[in-house]
Amino acid sequence: MTDAMVSVTIDGVPVQVPKGTMIIDAAKQAGVLVPHYCYHPALPSPAVCRMCLVEVEKAPKLMPACVTAVADGQVVHVGSQLARDARKAVLEFLLINHPLDCPICDQAGECELQDFVYQEGRSGTRYSDYAKRYAPVEDFGPDVLYVPNRCILCTRCVRFMDSVAGDAVLEVYDRGDRAYIGIDAEQRLDHPWAGNVVDLCPVGSLISKDFLHKARAWDLDKTPSICPGCTQGCNITVDTRDSAVVRLRPRPNLDVNRHFICDTGRADYRWMNRGDRVEAPLIRDGDRFQACDWNVALDRIAALVLQAEGGIVVLAGGRASCESIGWLLRVAGERNRGAAMKVPLGEEAPIGSIPNLALRRERAANLEGGRVLGMRSEWRDTMSQLQGAALVLVADVELDDGDIAALAGARRVIHFASVPDPRITTADVVVPITTMVEEQGVYVNRDGRAQRFLPARSAPGMARPIWWAAAQAWQRGSGGRRAPSTAAEAFGALDAFAGVSYRDLGFGGMTVAQRESATT
Amino acid sequence: MGYPHPIHPRETPVLSTHFGETAARTYAGWVERGGYIALRRALTMLPDDIVNEVKASGLRGRGGAGFATGMKWSFMPKDDGKPHYLCCNADESEPGTFKDREIMRWTPHALIEGCAIAQLAMRAETCYIYIRGEFTEPYRIMEMAVAEAYAAGVLGPNAMGSGKRIDVVLHRGAGAYICGEETALMNSIEGRRGNPRIKPPFPAVAGLFGKPTTINNVETLAAVPAIINRGAEWYSTLCLGNPKSTGTKLISVCGHVQRPGVYEITLGFPMKDLIYDLCGGMRPGRTLKAVIPGGSSVPIMTPEEVEDCVTDYEGIVAKGSMLGSGGMIVMDDSTDLVYQIMRLARFYAHESCAQCTNCREGTAWTTRILERILAREAKPSDLDLLLELSDQMTGRTICVLSDSCAAPVVSGIKKFRADFDAYLGAAPAVAMAGV
Amino acid sequence: MTASHAAAYEPVFTGSVLAKLEALYPRYPDKRSLLLPTLWLVQEARGWIPEDAVREVAEKLDLTAAYVRGVVTFYTMYHTHPVGRHFIQVCTTSPCGMCGSEEVARALVEHTGCGDLGATSPDGRFTVIEVECLGACGFVTPILIDEDFIESVTPETVPAILARYS
Repeated sequence: MTDAMVSVTIDGVPVQVPKGTMIIDAAKQAGVLVPHYCYHPALPSPAVCRMCLVEVEKAPKLMPACVTAVADGQVVHVGSQLARDARKAVLEFLLINHPLDCPICDQAGECELQDFVYQEGRSGTRYSDYAKRYAPVEDFGPDVLYVPNRCILCTRCVRFMDSVAGDAVLEVYDRGDRAYIGIDAEQRLDHPWAGNVVDLCPVGSLISKDFLHKARAWDLDKTPSICPGCTQGCNITVDTRDSAVVRLRPRPNLDVNRHFICDTGRADYRWMNRGDRVEAPLIRDGDRFQACDWNVALDRIAALVLQAEGGIVVLAGGRASCESIGWLLRVAGERNRGAAMKVPLGEEAPIGSIPNLALRRERAANLEGGRVLGMRSEWRDTMSQLQGAALVLVADVELDDGDIAALAGARRVIHFASVPDPRITTADVVVPITTMVEEQGVYVNRDGRAQRFLPARSAPGMARPIWWAAAQAWQRGSGGRRAPSTAAEAFGALDAFAGVSYRDLGFGGMTVAQRESATT
Repeated sequence: MGYPHPIHPRETPVLSTHFGETAARTYAGWVERGGYIALRRALTMLPDDIVNEVKASGLRGRGGAGFATGMKWSFMPKDDGKPHYLCCNADESEPGTFKDREIMRWTPHALIEGCAIAQLAMRAETCYIYIRGEFTEPYRIMEMAVAEAYAAGVLGPNAMGSGKRIDVVLHRGAGAYICGEETALMNSIEGRRGNPRIKPPFPAVAGLFGKPTTINNVETLAAVPAIINRGAEWYSTLCLGNPKSTGTKLISVCGHVQRPGVYEITLGFPMKDLIYDLCGGMRPGRTLKAVIPGGSSVPIMTPEEVEDCVTDYEGIVAKGSMLGSGGMIVMDDSTDLVYQIMRLARFYAHESCAQCTNCREGTAWTTRILERILAREAKPSDLDLLLELSDQMTGRTICVLSDSCAAPVVSGIKKFRADFDAYLGAAPAVAMAGV
Repeated sequence: MTASHAAAYEPVFTGSVLAKLEALYPRYPDKRSLLLPTLWLVQEARGWIPEDAVREVAEKLDLTAAYVRGVVTFYTMYHTHPVGRHFIQVCTTSPCGMCGSEEVARALVEHTGCGDLGATSPDGRFTVIEVECLGACGFVTPILIDEDFIESVTPETVPAILARYS
């Protein structure tokens, strides 16, 4: 233990934490949750909700754990009768004007007010003889509604917009029990990262229009994933209901996106639920495609690869995983004469005050992964040289009309597609593939951090990951070497990530430096 | 003097000597009355010597908390290279308190001089005097006095030819009781909502504009010139009670006394004499029912507690209340205490800044219960509920506004239970004056 | 608020009012601190603080409109809607209340013709409101008419006082 560390005991659990640590954070380390509302690790603490009051031995009164720094030898009680009574009182105060409309509230099931009231609050009200405060719902912005009746004035939204987004469009209006969260009538909550206020709101006061009455929290399955929207690589949770994606939310990663995602990423999930999927392998039969089983399709792919003596070009979309890109390149092998990723461009939208966090111009989640794996050709150059290419592998990429025209010059095309593209009339095989929410894989973000995502919904029909189809085709011409049967094996076989496993990556990801030190 | 009444022989006029003299308001008039001699002297003193002098005088904060002024000043860092600030708290808003108003109205230069000396002691070039928005007349008078002081060279870049800069800036509030809380006051000067701040950091470390700051009440600062002029020893011997309570104190007495007004007493003065002698006692045919001795946020006292109470910081604490701001509300037997307590609770509910849950919701709920009691619709258990809420509003919040709401409720129920019971049907109704 | 309405808005801060604002700059180390004095200037010029003025102030001081509005609504002396030519505030907090200030409030409402507390008289002359403690508890009843602080008002003296305000 150094001078910079102090020892404290929280609910009987001794911990050592750096000097200056707040009790609420030290408690986390002790495995003790101090109930709270206004405190949020990403925001400055105003200590206004008074929920985190804890008993500190020798202190004259209960102390707010979110702004009280630990002192050496301190003994803290979170679960003592005094602290519990104080929380019970706060909960009662918060509920006197609360509409108790949990049955129609989107937050129910993931509401911190509901949770703590169930845990420690009163079962009945002592305020029943008075009319409750009432104010109508307000439209704050493109995706945010404000329900003032449910608001507990924790001010997380105000502080987020002010201190994180740097766009203080929200403020507490009025005072006393008349106070509410206000926005100027001529302004909108339309900052590119504004949607985070919905996640930050501990109750159902700020709600998403997009998610409104769509699902109950307890019906959702949650899957850790990576936002496929841009090269930032924000960590997300994919919420699904009956295998349909209904919501994307940020998953904290202090090194990448803290606790936030942008509104563009948040909203971009509808394609994940498309019903017009390619569900079986399709093989060209004259002017028509014929559905077939995987063996037929894979044999055909292997044959096309063997015959492609004039060289193979690989075209991939930005959502293709490292596993898929790696195995496509392996299939192309020495005959690879160009590999490019299509990178749609958009406007850069920084969050505001957090360095190195923005919606990036390059809207291709795995741009860096492609580069690491050897996909280094310029898209436009590659497309201009497709004329006469022996075989083009088109992998999960949205082509524009110019691309389609260029593709027409290739002799053979294998289209790895999640949805059919009738414009590609020259494809010899259409391979039914999973999307990134239906498979496991790794993206490498713009800072070189390799991060895993997991399957959040079941794949339609016979769809399989690109890497699986590529590896199976490769096995057919590999002279007895075996294709990987799991994503982990597929990843483990990639030279660019030699020595690093899924387990090593965990769910926080690894930078290049971390990967290098892990393998030496 | 017992402004607006003639001086009473048992008063000790120090601050109030010139109350009522229009001529004392002007720079010339103030100089004629011995003004700015103390500042001239202070300009020749080392800052620490000024602090020590004030420490030795025993002067304590006159705004309510009663913290030792010299000690508070000594918390300001030295040689830290940062600008320091002094804030003068002229946001006098505590119901029952109207003493700072008279200081500003009659002796504005006493306050300016006190500020200037304090600024020298704490190396604060700038002082903001925060005057509540409702004090239109004191503001105008202060504005004139500050302009005169600049014109006379007392304030400005070369104060009294010393080469030192002393600036005094008036800042007008706009209707918020809570801005009398020192950290809310700083937020208000900074152009923010008047929300109290969390401490630490304490103002002496990071206060106004994030810089070391001290906040003093008007009366505290106005007392400083006299201490510099006549010495700490003189001031410290002004004491009739506990030796920790020295000097004079302006007590603003209001309510059901014959002569409400601002009286200057030596600390330790008997409370009973203040009410019955200085203020002329109750109105004819009336008897004393209750006293709130230190502004509306302190516990209510009974006539028995007043009987032998010594008016100083310790003396009133010994009787279960506090000297506070020295705003004394006297109530006679015609008073409906439940109604008055409801009005106080309504006041606090109106003034709650909305930050802390317990205060925001608790003050409003307390008011509603009291209103229901007054409407004779309450249940006997409502009194227990009030006490329980008050308990959860005490020591639970960033500032003491919610404690202040609870204090009269708790002391009212405990000491004047019969008044409440009358509304609950347990006893015959008491008189309901003022309803 | 329609666009045409917004276009019709005449800024507060021009000419002498702007000069008054600019004279305040040296008093504070940053612009935000000018907010309370600036809002006072708006109210002096317009009688209240309209939404458009909130936006103008926000722009002048590099703040957001919501921020300014948050401050305006915190301080009760800033009017968020138009009031009578003369704005009367009568203290009814306990110390005054127990000495008869509520009768004074009633007399004010009656003699101004306002009809009710908070309402403006039909001729637009007066608005009367009850306020919490005016800080002159020894001079019951204190009232504030515009910037004039008047002490020791009784129901009987109300008509003569009102006569001074046209």
